[in-house]
Amino acid sequence: MESYNIYISGVGGQGIIKTSIVIGEAAMKSGLNVVMSEIHGMSQRGGVVSTELKLGDVKSPIIEEGTADMLLAFEPLEALRAVPKISEDASIVVNTYPTYPFNIKESSVPYPDISVIVDELKSKSAQVFAFDAEKFAKDAGHILSLNMVMLGGAVAVPGFPLDKKVVLESMKNNLPEKSLEINMKAFEEGFRSSKKIQVD
Amino acid sequence: MNIKEVLTAEENEKLFMLGNEAAVRGALEAGVGLASTYPGTPSSEIGDTLSKIAKDAGLYFEFSANEKVALEVAAAAAASGLRSFTFMKHVGMNVAADSFMSLAYTGVKGGMVILSADDPSIFSSQNEQDNRHYARIANVPMLEPSNPQEIKDLMKYGFELSEKFETPVLMRTTTRVSHMRGVVEVGNLDGSRGEKKGFFRRDPKRFVPVPAAAVEMHKTLVEKMEKISEIANKSPLNRIFDRNGKVGVVTSGSAFNYVMDAVEENDLDVNVLKLTISYPFPEGLVLKFVENLESLVVVEEVDPVMEKEVLAVLGKHGLKKQVHGKLDGTFPTIYEYSPDIILEGLSKALNKNLKQRKVSKTEIPIPARPPTFCPGCPHRATYYSVKRAIENLGLEDIVHPSDIGCYTLGVAAPYNAADYLLSMGSSVGTSCGFSKATDQRIVSFIGDSTFFHAGIPPLLNAVHNKNRFVLVILDNRTTAMTGGQPNPGIPVDGMGDKAPEISIEDIVRGTGVKFLKIIDPLFMKKSQETIEEAIKYDGVAVLISRSPCMLIKSKEQKKRDVYSLKVIEEKCKNCEKCLELACPAISSHNGSISIDQMLCRKCNVCLQVCPERAIGVKTALRNQ
Repeated sequence: MESYNIYISGVGGQGIIKTSIVIGEAAMKSGLNVVMSEIHGMSQRGGVVSTELKLGDVKSPIIEEGTADMLLAFEPLEALRAVPKISEDASIVVNTYPTYPFNIKESSVPYPDISVIVDELKSKSAQVFAFDAEKFAKDAGHILSLNMVMLGGAVAVPGFPLDKKVVLESMKNNLPEKSLEINMKAFEEGFRSSKKIQVD
Repeated sequence: MNIKEVLTAEENEKLFMLGNEAAVRGALEAGVGLASTYPGTPSSEIGDTLSKIAKDAGLYFEFSANEKVALEVAAAAAASGLRSFTFMKHVGMNVAADSFMSLAYTGVKGGMVILSADDPSIFSSQNEQDNRHYARIANVPMLEPSNPQEIKDLMKYGFELSEKFETPVLMRTTTRVSHMRGVVEVGNLDGSRGEKKGFFRRDPKRFVPVPAAAVEMHKTLVEKMEKISEIANKSPLNRIFDRNGKVGVVTSGSAFNYVMDAVEENDLDVNVLKLTISYPFPEGLVLKFVENLESLVVVEEVDPVMEKEVLAVLGKHGLKKQVHGKLDGTFPTIYEYSPDIILEGLSKALNKNLKQRKVSKTEIPIPARPPTFCPGCPHRATYYSVKRAIENLGLEDIVHPSDIGCYTLGVAAPYNAADYLLSMGSSVGTSCGFSKATDQRIVSFIGDSTFFHAGIPPLLNAVHNKNRFVLVILDNRTTAMTGGQPNPGIPVDGMGDKAPEISIEDIVRGTGVKFLKIIDPLFMKKSQETIEEAIKYDGVAVLISRSPCMLIKSKEQKKRDVYSLKVIEEKCKNCEKCLELACPAISSHNGSISIDQMLCRKCNVCLQVCPERAIGVKTALRNQ
């Protein structure tokens, strides 16, 4: 009973649930069983959003602590918050562009430096793929394509269980047609970034 | 998945479906003729899905004014022979409960399923009540699905069971089941060719629970439930997984998933009894299950409901077996479970360590990220002006009764605009109480949808009983918190058709309120003056603060896309007045204040707050 566990986290409005659906449907189309959990409700309001996906023959979508094979973090602070979920062998794909909590000025705990976060992530996992997904999304043509940059970054990670082609098909099935071109471009930006980090 | 596929997918097709979407497919396969709801997390997507496909599916769907009305609409449809479906969040059942209790007595003709979506761990609610108790209070059957496929299948089963025994059937999901996605193999839609119009045949002995009739009805109900308990004992839906164990787990719903994963992954010699028809409690089946067991573990969310049932069965039959669960401290008595909690509990019950995995921790302190109002949210502007008005009048110890909606987030600093909250509509009722019990000034808040839901009777009460308070109705033209469903004040209904728009001001005037003013909260000076006037008024003063939710894509919003707001650095003196708005788009780093262009919705509120006129309008390109 082995499953590939993906924990996705970030901030409301970043397109995390849509990304998770694209992955889930691609898994189903690949003939895998897949279960997913998502938390709605307060997500529009700038709070933390997370989804959990398990690809394989299991019943519960909730990832036990220490067993996520991949952490896909749309925001650096949220990557750090998700550390207890990941296994020591996990791959982490993280957007380095921060979204500060609205009350960070009054917060007794400061927002850590991005380099501190990335180093910490490296010490807790097998490999970290860190890049500025916000910039790539803008380059692709729209800031809201950030989620597809992240998806591309995930698919390029060694050991990711889904074929790029199936994921692209799933994108076509789940994203609005008019924004597909930008989203495809964004996906490729992310894909290339992870590949490049791997080569380096 | 395109949402239309909920309707168009053909038999045996597999879809990656949300539990709430699967509920709709199940209702369609059962040939539901009428569906109704009041939106509430975690059930909201059922209504969102239905409103998109109801017309094509040829059924009637409505967003009702509240859950009680929703249940009554569906009850009447079922009494007329249609299959009807009503669904709500757990606390919505409290609103519907009065009619629900009688409905158990009168029963139904067409099948009727009531889905209650519970929220263990309180992700988006005011409590985590366990609505399995409702099946017991009312004495109706309870179904508990564990995943989207089961939700779909049980919808159809629920309608059949309901129709066969002429009783409403209650289905209890939880957040983790309603908001779970999984692979669902759909069935055929032959049933959807069912009746869309019924006929009500009068039968007062059956449908009018005056005392003489009600005593008979109760007798009939008990007889029905005795028959259904035979089904609960025999149905394959209540399933034993026999693994030659000496320990047996009784479980249901989401907890079943965690238990089975733990049992299989650790290859435990543990038998499992999954209860899907969990009420009437299958006494005979439980007796059979425990026969060769030494001890039992009951795993359920949230209250020890089945655990007490199991103990009662054992006690009744004089069986001495240890039962682990919530009552002996093996499992927590509050909040939802998780795979980790199950492993800990099973470790205790089986006396072996199942949790040996290494878990990474970080030593770096992590700041919290609390939810707040969206950038551009009109509630922020209203609260800001109310606070300034109170300051300006030199008043202290103001009480802010609040209500259920996005605006409840005003409980946090810097707004501090929610002091007391019980339930939908309670802002108005409790304002009446504070007005009589204290000499403090009261400014309370309620949303448009919540006002329609439960705010009107207490407003009549306020006028009639000569109260003094200000009620601010935050009319953002939608039911925002649950995803933007229409309400009676919106000119659209659940079918997507044009509908009469109910005027809040007409209702307020109709209740006898003499002070009524409408403000646009984005115009702050005028708003503050009007709020001050209302606070000074000796009686019930109502302000309608009207400005659409920023999540509604409007023409007005599009016009704003041609410009952006920027801080003019030469003018900014870092007084931080703009930061008092606590807008996510405005932040201060290294001593300079900036506006995040991706987040800013150009509501222009910060511009009005800035004493230095240091926030300027710039025409700019979109998305940069």
